[in-house]
Parts: sequence; structure tokens; C-alpha cells
Amino acid sequence: MIPTEAYLILSLALFTIGVVGVLTRRNVIIVLMSIELILNAVNINLVAFSRHFGSVDGQVFAIFIITDAAAEAAVGLGIILAFFRNRETVLADEMDMLKW
Amino acid sequence: MILNQVLFYFFALLAVGSAILMVTRRNIIHGAVFLISTLLATAGIFLQLQAEFLFVVQIILYVGGIMVLFVFVIMLVNLDVALRQIQFNRQKYLAAVLALVLAAQVGFALWVARAGLNLSNPSDKMPARNTEAIGDAIFQRYMLPFEIASVLLLVAMIGAVVMAKRRV
Amino acid sequence: MGHLIPSSIAPYVLPVVYAVVIVAVLPLLAGYIVLLERKVMADMQARLGPMRVGPHGLLQPIADALKLLIKEDIIPANADKLMFWLAPLVSVTMALLAYAALPIGPSFQIADLNVGLLFILGISSLGIYGIVLGGWASNSHYSLLGALRSAAQLVSYETAAGLGLVSALLLAGSLSMKEIVQAQYDQGTWFIFSVPVGFFIYMVGSIAETNRAPFDLPEAESELVAGYMTEYSGFRWSLYFLAEYANMIIVAGIATTLFLGGWLRPFARWHDHFPGTSLEFFDVIPSLVFLAAAAYCFYLAPKQPVQIQKAVMAAFGGACLLLAGAMAAALLASPEVMAGVHGAFWFMAKVVAYLYAFLWFRFTFPRYRFDQLMRLGWRFLIPLALVNVISIGIAIVLKQSLGWIPFWAMLVMNIVTLGVAAWLATEGDKPEAALQTADTES
Repeated sequence: MIPTEAYLILSLALFTIGVVGVLTRRNVIIVLMSIELILNAVNINLVAFSRHFGSVDGQVFAIFIITDAAAEAAVGLGIILAFFRNRETVLADEMDMLKW
Repeated sequence: MILNQVLFYFFALLAVGSAILMVTRRNIIHGAVFLISTLLATAGIFLQLQAEFLFVVQIILYVGGIMVLFVFVIMLVNLDVALRQIQFNRQKYLAAVLALVLAAQVGFALWVARAGLNLSNPSDKMPARNTEAIGDAIFQRYMLPFEIASVLLLVAMIGAVVMAKRRV
Repeated sequence: MGHLIPSSIAPYVLPVVYAVVIVAVLPLLAGYIVLLERKVMADMQARLGPMRVGPHGLLQPIADALKLLIKEDIIPANADKLMFWLAPLVSVTMALLAYAALPIGPSFQIADLNVGLLFILGISSLGIYGIVLGGWASNSHYSLLGALRSAAQLVSYETAAGLGLVSALLLAGSLSMKEIVQAQYDQGTWFIFSVPVGFFIYMVGSIAETNRAPFDLPEAESELVAGYMTEYSGFRWSLYFLAEYANMIIVAGIATTLFLGGWLRPFARWHDHFPGTSLEFFDVIPSLVFLAAAAYCFYLAPKQPVQIQKAVMAAFGGACLLLAGAMAAALLASPEVMAGVHGAFWFMAKVVAYLYAFLWFRFTFPRYRFDQLMRLGWRFLIPLALVNVISIGIAIVLKQSLGWIPFWAMLVMNIVTLGVAAWLATEGDKPEAALQTADTES
């Protein structure tokens, strides 16, 4: 059986790549996709611990996180669409109307 | 046993490789396809962790629902202009350093705690019928979060419809 | 034979053999379903259909496959090459992958997953990517519009079809395909008789899922050329085609397993015997069907105009005789072999009946316009499916807690659901009228 720490290291790697994606890319759609990657990394962590302790609580929490990610993706993409219709851009640097 | 390890390394390498490719692609559709590949590899990891219901939920909801939504929106947003712009912002090196510092911190915490949590010894007393166990847990112990999640989905549905309408 | 295979790979040998058989047979089967469709279409339009290639067109699929293989492979100028190559591959892979959990008989299943039904549903929903990426990669208006319309239609009817399946799952109590068929055997009825509304919802949902008429606007020739398949030619197009027909067989297989009793023969629990033997009436039907087919082939053989067509027809007759002999021989073998062979026959018979209904609908109903299609999916089917799930839940509570006889519980709740369906079907007219007057006023 694969030890739990292997899954934790995999989860850490995906989380780091997601954080790099969120902090580094200009295109907000890729930022949203990196957020989904972060949520996935957390899911792997939860399910690995669920198997470690032999209960389904971690999997139930992961299901709720997937539900949450769906809601957030829907609203986030709606906001991006609305912004794109007004300003014709999806780059985070150019969304600066509220800056002084 | 050996098949288990081969599968784990296959899914893990596929997940990490697709994630790195996703974050670095210039073409957003290619990025979306690589994210789909990462999510499918994650589903494989869930199946290996004996989470069968989560495996199919990941495929149906994440890959078959959320990523379809992403691909639709990418097709509705004009890509040609974005393809020729600079892809990474000005603070890319600082961001990479900070992310590596974060990874090092978590890695160090795992290293210090590995003996205490006995991480090399996962238990093998998972409930036999996975879907029934999750159903029992959701509808008995976690009933309140379930109801709150349904209210959240309703709010998100209304929010998405309102945000994407042409004239409110 | 058992001790020649090392025990470490022994559990994997039979599933791999089944998988190879399915991947080898499926393109041929899809081709013959296309021929069946053309012959049925011709029959309903009072003409003959393909008659030239092989006797009565029986070798037409082989000719079509050869033609598609040797056609020129055209890629549009500004197409995204990676996506263009990937899209038909994704479609075909997902269509074939879904066969991993489909049971074609009590012993012919590649993997008996605990969550087999959800697995097939999930993999079928991944087929959307083949359509969407193909439409995008073609760099053409028709393709993109067809792809987006097709994907929107698929996503809408997927929910309704899934909820229709849930109403039968409530009675079955498990997601494993084998246990669902076993539940139908234990309860003594096929679930189509317990939840007919669920079967209707699933049938309409599956017709829309596979882009068949009357829901085939995204790929109708008079509308969008060929939708997302416009820019594909030759072998890539044949991959899309294979994916579509493989999907049709999968949804027929799911409907058969859940609603039509899977591999159970009709009246599976009723045992009678011919006097003096231990044969049962329904057990000789498979052999009789193949014998009748063989007799028809031999009757038609002398009437063919060309010598080689006579030979091909006689060969088909011989093949039918062999199958009749196999069915009869299975009667004399052990019960598992008989259950396996006859189970496969009944499963394929029910799948063919369901597919015949698909073909029948194609040539009977006119096409739905896209907004009518979306309205039907979201405003009729999904509310009806939700009401159906709730009413079947109430029926089960009536059956188990209050002790009603199952027949009356199901009958009452199905009548309630039909009443709600009638209300849903007529209430949609009034808001449209209100919109019309609002538009004319402003």
C-alpha cells in the first residue's frame, strides 16, 4: 500500500503549482483555473487522510469542496463575462478602474 | 503491489506534469485541456485511495461540469488579442520565490511530524461499501452542511444568471 | 489451462480478452447498425435502400469503411492542429471506455464496479469534449456554432436523463449493474413496469444525448452543414461516427440494464417444461429466432441476380445456422454457460429493440428548433424528472413503512406523476403568450 506521505507530497506539489499560477499569470481565466488546481490539491490531501484514519469524513468534506468549487467557478466566470463585455479585456493588469 | 505503485507514479506524474503545463501555456484552450488532464489524474488518485464515489463525482462534476463551463467561457471570450500579449506579470520572480518558501515550510512541517502522525501506516479498515457510507454520513452527521451547500448552489445559480445577463 | 497462467496476472486475463473482443467487434457492429438504419429508413419511405453491394446491401458497411480509410485527410488552414487531432480521439476513447462497466450477460463484463452506472454516465458526459474541442479547432463558424449548440443540448438533457435513472435506482438499491439486474429478478418485474415515467424521461434524454432526431439540430445537413463534423473528412470523421453509434449502443445498454431487465429473459421466474423434457418455452426462443433467420437467408439466396451474391447470402444463412446451433448447444451445457450465452442473446435483443425505437423516431418526427429543444429540456423534462423521483420515493415509503402492496403504491404514484406531467406540458403556453403581448406593446 502506498504510504500517506506520498499523497501529501503530491498534494503539496499541486498546491505550489496552483499558487504560482494564481500569483504569476495575467489572464484571469488561468488564475481561476489555478484556483481550481489548489482546491484539487486540498481534496487529495483530505482523501489521503480519510484513508489514513479509515473513515469517510474526509471524502464527505471533499464532496462539499467540489460543490463549493462549482459554485465559485460559475459566479467567477459570470463576472469575467460581464467584465469582458464592458472592457474587452481579460488581463488582470488592465482591470484597474478602482485604482487611484 | 507493484501495479499499485506503477499506477500511483503514473497518475502523480501526469497530474504534476499537466499542472505545470497548464500554468505555462500561452493558448488558454490548451491550458484548459491540461487542467482536464490533471483533474482526470486526480480522479485516478481518488480511485487508488478507495474513494470510489468521489472518483465518479470528480469526473461527472469537475471534468464534466466545471471544465465544460470553463471551455464555454473561453470560447466566448476573444482569444486572439490575448495570445500576443505578455503572459506573466511583473512580480513573477518574487511570486515564484514566495511559493517555494511556502512549499518548503509545509514540507518541513511534514518532515517534523512524520513520526508523530505515523504517516507510513495507513489503516485498512475503510467501510466496505463506499457509496452507502458516504450517503449515511451526508444524511445523518453532515445534514446541516448539506443543506447549507444546497442554499449555496441556489445563490450561485442566481448570481451566475444575473452576472451573465445582457441587461439587468 | 488454469495452471499455465501465473496467479499474479490471472485476474487480468479474462477482462483483457473481453476488452479486445469489444474493441474489435464494435466498429463492425456500428457499421451494421448504420446499414440497419438505412434499410429501416428505406422501408419506412417505401423504397429498398442499399441493395447493390452484397446481397440486399449486406456488405455495404465494409465498402463504406474502406472508402473512409482511403480518403484524403484535409486539415483546415488555420486549425489548431493539436486540438484537431485530439478531438475525435477523445470522442472515441470515451465512447469505448464506457463499455468497461456494461454487462452484456451475467459473465460478460469487463469490470464489475461498485459505482458502475455512475461510471458509465460520467464517461459519457466526457464525450462532450470531443464535440466542443472539435468545433473549436476547426476554425469555422458552422463548426463552432454546431459544437456549442450540441454541447448545450447534451448538458441540458444529461441532467434529465440522470434523474430519470435515479427513479429506477431507488428501486434497485445499488449502483452496481449486476445488482440492478439482480434486483429486477428479485422483485419479479422489469423496472419499466414500475417506473414507466422514468423510462420515458430516460428515453427522451438519451435520444437528445446522442444527437439523434428529433434532437439532431446540431448535425442536420439542412441547418449547419454537419455541425462540429463539418471540417473532418475520411478517417477522422469515421471516428466521430463510430463514437456516435457506440454512444447509442451504450445508452441502449443502460436502458436495458435498468429498465428492461438486462440479461433476464421474459418471465424469468416462471418455469414450465415441455412434457417429457426439461426444456422451457422461453429457452428455445433464441435458437428458433436464428433458425428463422437462416431459413429466410436460404430462401432469398436462389433469388439473387449475381452468382457471388448467392454465395454471400448462403454464407450469412450458414452463420445464422451456426448461431442457432450454439444457442441450442448452450442448453445442454452447464447452467452458467447457458445463462451466459442466453443472457447475451436477450441483452442484445433488447438493445436492438431499443435502437429500433431510435431509428423509428428518426424517421417519424420532425426536428425540434433549438429554443424549443432547450425549453423542453429545462422546463418540462427536468421538473418532471424531479417530481418523478419524489413520487417514487413516496411510493417506496408507502410500500415499506405503511405496508401497501407494491403494485398499488407504484400505480398511484405513477398516476400522480402523469398528472403533473400533463400540467407541465400545458402550462408552458401561457408565459409565451405573455411575452408576445409584451413585445408588441413596447
